[in-house]
Amino acid sequence: MERRSRLNETLKFGTRFGTFKEKFMRAVFFLAALSSILAVVLICYFLLANGLPAIGEIGPASFLLGKEWSPSDTPPSFGILPMILGSIYVTAGAIVIGVPIGVLSAVFLARVCPKRLYKLIKPGVDLLAGIPSVVYGFFGMAAIVPFAGNSMLSACILLGVMILPTVVGISESAIRAVPEHYYEGALALGAGHYRSVFRVVLPAAKSGVLAAIVLGVGRAIGETMAVIMVAGNQARMPISLFKGVRTLTANIVIEMGYATGLHRDALIATGVVLFVFILIINLSFSALRNRAL
Amino acid sequence: MINRSHKMSERALAVVTWAAAIVTIAVLAYIIGFIFVKGVPYIKPSLFSPTYNSDNVSLMPALISTILMTALSLAIAVPLGVLSAVYLTEYAKRGNKAVALIRMTMETLSGIPSIVYGLFGMLFFVTFLGWGFSVLAGTFTLSIMILPLIMRSSEEAILAVPDTYREGSFGLGAGTLRTVFRIVLPSAVPGILAGVILAVGRIVGETAALIYTSGTVAQVPENVYESARTLSVHMYALSSEGLHIGEGYATAAVLLVVVILINTCSAWIAKRIGR
Repeated sequence: MERRSRLNETLKFGTRFGTFKEKFMRAVFFLAALSSILAVVLICYFLLANGLPAIGEIGPASFLLGKEWSPSDTPPSFGILPMILGSIYVTAGAIVIGVPIGVLSAVFLARVCPKRLYKLIKPGVDLLAGIPSVVYGFFGMAAIVPFAGNSMLSACILLGVMILPTVVGISESAIRAVPEHYYEGALALGAGHYRSVFRVVLPAAKSGVLAAIVLGVGRAIGETMAVIMVAGNQARMPISLFKGVRTLTANIVIEMGYATGLHRDALIATGVVLFVFILIINLSFSALRNRAL
Repeated sequence: MINRSHKMSERALAVVTWAAAIVTIAVLAYIIGFIFVKGVPYIKPSLFSPTYNSDNVSLMPALISTILMTALSLAIAVPLGVLSAVYLTEYAKRGNKAVALIRMTMETLSGIPSIVYGLFGMLFFVTFLGWGFSVLAGTFTLSIMILPLIMRSSEEAILAVPDTYREGSFGLGAGTLRTVFRIVLPSAVPGILAGVILAVGRIVGETAALIYTSGTVAQVPENVYESARTLSVHMYALSSEGLHIGEGYATAAVLLVVVILINTCSAWIAKRIGR
């Protein structure tokens, strides 16, 4: 009798300890899950707390729309319009070069490519995504700059190549997500293979392809090292495709090493502007993707 | 007549599609060929001597730092990422507000460019916490950067574990916790591993997030409070000094080999999952 009650006690303790452990670990899992929220809050706080006062001191208008960036002049001027335009132009150029090739390659991979060839090409595209940006930069310095100079054009070409894997990957899955009977329906109406793909399947994958382009824009605008190595980086209003240009990202990396005081804070504020750009791009990407799937 | 123009457009579209694919592959082949042709002649024993000086331009210290920082970043980010994925998939109830928020922050994190991570790391770890340019600051910055990648791949891997496994485990009297650690996670390991390998690739290729967090000292760090440069940062330093371009190419070739190995590993694991 006594023994049984002791056994009972042990069992009870066991289960109680069990539920405690369950609850404790549940809390651990929850805390781990909060880490990403904490990271975003910290990033936002530290960027804004250091960047916004600088924007206030310089004046939002003369910071965002100022055409002159000369931090070492007296009085210094901190206008980042040249860099904002530089980032936008370079990204636009990358889109013009990368998107047509990327989307057509995605069509090829999803709808045209023989299976055996696919096994060779797909890892190649993945490898293109894995090449570090400094390696792209080195390649650009030696293979593109001799022809196009340290210029906006070089940056556009290099970035166009760099966004290829992003555009190809997401467009391909969007095209594959289009129901097969769309294609079959087009064939049944007498359209050829390519006509069916381009007139029926590709338009049906429109949202996904658009999402791919938006993500490509994000990559291009955030790219730093490769651009620095080929773009020339002159902090002046971009004037021509064949002249040097400086992007927002380049501005931060090039000058952060020696900047102090307001100059340093102005660079962090440049980071804030970049961050806001990226947030807008990300939001439109998620909106598009949710519509596509 | 109509038939003829159809045939024409059909052929034109075929040409355009094939041409685009050929351009993509040609660019890849050109980049890799270019780097290897320029870099391989400069790969000599002195490039791998244990200490760096301006004569041998050794990449060995950078290689060791790269491995060190990769290991440390994974040690932080993998447990955090896997545990949060477990919470999202096994514990959180449907329609939980926190889950929606966590997903949103995860997407935000994965879109932030590396230079912004670098700025944050400089402001928070280097300056605010007073760690200085150090391996530690670089490691923490990298961990935050790869966290969303690991979370997402772990989540996908855990979701792919069939519910019958869980039901079987519950039916035998195991609690949630035991089911998670004994049944769900072991079956999800290959998927998680694929994510980890992708993260390694991201770390190895990273430069912008590291220049102002871990700094650019070209020697093997003696402890985590010292500055160190990874292979990618090393390459950037060589290119901006402009004196050792040949060694820069050699480093690029080594880096490419590493990246190709990483990609092959992840493709191999992905194939095993598919089976």
